[in-house]
Amino acid sequence: MRGYLPDYDLRRPGSLAEALELLAREPGVWTPLAGGTDLMVLYNAGRLQATRLLDLSALAELRGIREEPAGLSFGALTSFTELRECEAVHRQFPNLVRSARATGALAIQNRGTLGGNISNASPAADTPPSLLAYGAELELVSSAGRRWLPYAAFHLGYKRLDLAPGELLARIRVPWPQGRGFHFFRKVGTRQAQAIAKVCLAGYGRIEAGALAEFRIGLGSLAPVPARARSVEAVLAGARLGALPIAAAQAALAADISPIDDIRASAHYRSVVARNVLGQMLRELDKLPG
Amino acid sequence: MAEPIQLTLTVNGAERTLTVHPFARLLDVLREQLGLTGTKEGCGEGECGACSVLLDGRVVNSCLVPAAQAQGAAVVTVEGLARDGELSPVQSAFLTHNAAQCGFCTPGMLVAATDLLSRCAHPGEPEVRAGLAGNLCRCTGYVKIVDAVREAAGPGGEAR
Repeated sequence: MRGYLPDYDLRRPGSLAEALELLAREPGVWTPLAGGTDLMVLYNAGRLQATRLLDLSALAELRGIREEPAGLSFGALTSFTELRECEAVHRQFPNLVRSARATGALAIQNRGTLGGNISNASPAADTPPSLLAYGAELELVSSAGRRWLPYAAFHLGYKRLDLAPGELLARIRVPWPQGRGFHFFRKVGTRQAQAIAKVCLAGYGRIEAGALAEFRIGLGSLAPVPARARSVEAVLAGARLGALPIAAAQAALAADISPIDDIRASAHYRSVVARNVLGQMLRELDKLPG
Repeated sequence: MAEPIQLTLTVNGAERTLTVHPFARLLDVLREQLGLTGTKEGCGEGECGACSVLLDGRVVNSCLVPAAQAQGAAVVTVEGLARDGELSPVQSAFLTHNAAQCGFCTPGMLVAATDLLSRCAHPGEPEVRAGLAGNLCRCTGYVKIVDAVREAAGPGGEAR
């Protein structure tokens, strides 16, 4: 049953400074709300415990995709549709396009935001594996200032973030890929649209002189948080195309994941499928001309 | 707890101002305060698309939109698709193809199809399926729905 409307309060500040001032004055009281595609679902189910909502949607400072020297930077309010429609994202970060297309369906993609997808902290979210593979960084702002941190360090545990009570996620930046790149994204769900991932895997590699100069793998729905497959990455570091240690990489995956049984899939299914998807990615990569 | 707000928005071309709770669902504002009951509530969690409306020209699930976020926006509901009593091309095609069975998903399907055709004038079947992927028909009448949308788009989608 839906939440009781009079219990809820919503503020819609017109500037970032105003929003940060409210968060500083009443720390821990206000829960940020952006596109509503997660929080409104909880409200409709009568499970939205936060009753004071800080609507970020009027904050122009959190909008816009910018091409910067260090990389492509997205305001936290960038919608999945804006990601899908951005030419620079298609050209340089195809996994982000595929992640955005895999999220819900159009009506969700028109409303849901990249910042919300990260901050909601679901281990099954579709953009985090791609952001991890691309080495994304986050800009967090508060009335005290701003700081950057690697996205891979943001998730501390299930739904626990390195985010102080007065802080907001402002921007997400992905460094420009250099040289020759390999991009892979695969989400396994019950159908193409409106599915929550059973397993999600994104990979980005930089190929130099026939070998992997850089390779990062992001995982979804396989651990309490969106996570890097660091053991697999270590096995593959510097490996030569045509002679990738695929079996060893697949064996190493067990150390990177801690899948659970839930309504969407069993832990066993997730383990087997993750291993197979990893194998699929590495065979594709291995076949590329050196 | 919240102070009511004055919400001014354009609904089906007409400017409206109402007093609402800022966290009220746009769906409820449309149905209960404006009497626009063409927009349906199905799942109430953004899965089924029965509550689809256009918000500033883009399809959204009105069950997931807090009223405050519709401030100054242009909303089009299924009631706004026909002009001067004449059905839109998508509506006419739904009639021709018997693309409604029980009819509950139809308003959302019509709105999502209108959104699709505004972005993609001549969609092929894959584009129509992707455009309607967020709208569920429990009667499973998808074939006729897809046919109707393609007819409304006119020729040109075959080669895609």
